[in-house]
Amino acid sequence: MEKSFTISIFTENSIGLLNRITSMFTRRHLNIDSLNTSESELAGVHRFTIVVKTTAEQVKKLVLQIEKQVEVLRAVYHQDDETVFQEIALYKVSTKSVADGNLVEKLIRDNHARILSMEQDFMIIEKTGHKEETQELLEFLKPYGLIEFVRSGRVSVMKPMEESNELRKRISNF
Amino acid sequence: MEALLTQQVDQNIKTTGADAVLRALIAEETSLIFGYPGGAIMPIYDALYHYQEEVRHVLTRHEQGAIHAAQGYARATGKVGVVMATSGPGATNLITGIADAMIDSTPLVCITGQVGSNLLGSDAFQETDIISISMPVTKWNYQVTKAEELPEALAKAFYIAKSGRPGPVLIDITKDAQFGSLEFIYEKCEVIRSYRPVPKLELDQLSKAAELINGAQRPFVLFGQGVILGNAEKEFKIFIEKTGIPSAWTLLGLSALPTDHPLNVGMLGMHGNYGPNKLTNECDVLIAIGMRFDDRVTGNLETYAKQAKVIHFDIDPAEINKNVKADIAVLGDCKEVLVELTRLARMNSHPVWREQFREFTRIEEEQVVKKELQPSQGQITMGEVVNGINDETKGEALLVTDVGQHQMVACRYTKFNQSKSSITSGGLGTMGFCLPAALGAKLGNPEREVIAVIGDGGFQMTIQELGTIFQTQTAVKIVILNNSFLGMVRQWQQLFFDKRYSSTEMENPDFVTIAKGYGIEGKSIDDRTDLQNAIQEMLSHDGSYLLEVHVGKEDNVFPMVPSGASVSEVRLS
Repeated sequence: MEKSFTISIFTENSIGLLNRITSMFTRRHLNIDSLNTSESELAGVHRFTIVVKTTAEQVKKLVLQIEKQVEVLRAVYHQDDETVFQEIALYKVSTKSVADGNLVEKLIRDNHARILSMEQDFMIIEKTGHKEETQELLEFLKPYGLIEFVRSGRVSVMKPMEESNELRKRISNF
Repeated sequence: MEALLTQQVDQNIKTTGADAVLRALIAEETSLIFGYPGGAIMPIYDALYHYQEEVRHVLTRHEQGAIHAAQGYARATGKVGVVMATSGPGATNLITGIADAMIDSTPLVCITGQVGSNLLGSDAFQETDIISISMPVTKWNYQVTKAEELPEALAKAFYIAKSGRPGPVLIDITKDAQFGSLEFIYEKCEVIRSYRPVPKLELDQLSKAAELINGAQRPFVLFGQGVILGNAEKEFKIFIEKTGIPSAWTLLGLSALPTDHPLNVGMLGMHGNYGPNKLTNECDVLIAIGMRFDDRVTGNLETYAKQAKVIHFDIDPAEINKNVKADIAVLGDCKEVLVELTRLARMNSHPVWREQFREFTRIEEEQVVKKELQPSQGQITMGEVVNGINDETKGEALLVTDVGQHQMVACRYTKFNQSKSSITSGGLGTMGFCLPAALGAKLGNPEREVIAVIGDGGFQMTIQELGTIFQTQTAVKIVILNNSFLGMVRQWQQLFFDKRYSSTEMENPDFVTIAKGYGIEGKSIDDRTDLQNAIQEMLSHDGSYLLEVHVGKEDNVFPMVPSGASVSEVRLS
């Protein structure tokens, strides 16, 4: 059965590694739902967060193949309940269409959203949360003339302390 | 005076990128390079000219020939094969060989020239993004754009290519990096933070494995190339001899154990032997050593060794549970694992169980082997030729094969006394591999008899390398088993596609005349009575020789596990 998995990959920071990693998904005909790369807390270590829908069997094999890559320090995968994760979404809406004071207030309050920028013609609303939550706001705003929408890739940290410590342990040997 | 001395030292250290490449290769004990020059790699070829005494460069007739030759060299010697090619088409022509080396775990360092770094991404002449193209088929690759990066990049390349599970590495060097200057200080690479080539041996897993082996009634060992790559042939033999376990080989494990060893029960898989296939589904403990359960070995996984407990020994954690679920997995270096395992294993001999293998051998002998090796009528068979070669070489020759029917027949029937004696394209099944690989194998092992057994189809895929054999005067013996068909595809068309021979028949040229054009002696035969004399003539000839044997056009290779069938459904006809 297919499920959503979050793969966290800790790597050296080198040109082309993103390509090497994503090609491993392509090869298996897997579509990446979201992808994020950033620094990690460890000097020189980059971190990929990749969300993919597949079977437990497939993700297990895939992660082993990823970890085998020379410049990958560690690769792990988790189901949603084993991590804390967030995404961020930005919504550009016409100022006129939501200018009704009550509507804006309701929108911000009910959704824990905030206004990043307000111009004469448009305003930018920001909301962080899980995909379903940012999706809900998207649906809500659609009737009001949504001009642009963008959602980031998932960022995720793992809950179990032992796993967080494992990488540190491996790297500290160097 | 002191100032002068310092200056000399400086001059010695300060050098060009191209020169640094050669010095690094020499530091890594490279004495032979296969390659093909071109615009973007000219500075390196110029440096090569300077080091002719230390490093020999073999100019092939095509970059694919160069890389297959390097593969043959690496597989025959256990050393890292080195290839050079220019940018663009030079680099892309390497790809088939890189993919082949990747899937068959062959250590290679490929050096490609690249356009100047200021031209990258500009669609410059002979520019291709070889880093992206080669990424999925290299163990590691890296683009060097500054001369000072070269020593470290090359040191890493050699270390990665040969350590752990070996594989191909590609280093792409821009032209300005070749011309650039640097202070050359070379240190061999011994460790990379993010790379753990040999997993730590877990002794508790190992003792569980030993316990299971000790309690087994019908244990069966499957061994692969891991035994050869881990230099563990001796340790492997000691292990099976102590435990008395019948052992079968994968295509790439061939020659790790002498053919006539009493515990060698033959080949696994699609065209493997009858007993090993049948009894895979009868054993109680299946012990896989340095092999990866390729689909050509396992057939249908749903019906593969379901009754058995599976123990998997491998150096690569990603191989565990990839195709076949292991009850016990032991990671680590093959040699180290086998020494420890032998210590924990009990002496045994399994006479009744081994008799079952012999029974199947008798059936196969009667129904398949006799017809193949001693046919009384009809055209010469492939097996007869292989058997005729055996009679002369007595298991001492190094066999290089291409892909298809002749490959299966040659690997089934050739006798081997020593390891690293069979070189073939296993995982990728690359037609055209054989001729250049045989050249590389012979150059790496000049004292050994190297015999290239090739089909008429594969021969013509890299036939141009006759030119390299001619120019280098390399004494490769070439045996073409000519059935004027792409035989294996034709066999499948006959068996599974109602004999609809779609694009498999070949009208071939006069191969002997072609060889003559390259200064290579040759002979063509189609009469059984000429066979042994022709083989003797070929082997006693000083230098390269081409023997073409016309074999049965529509002969089939059996046994056969049809694609998608269970190993126990192996057919004898």
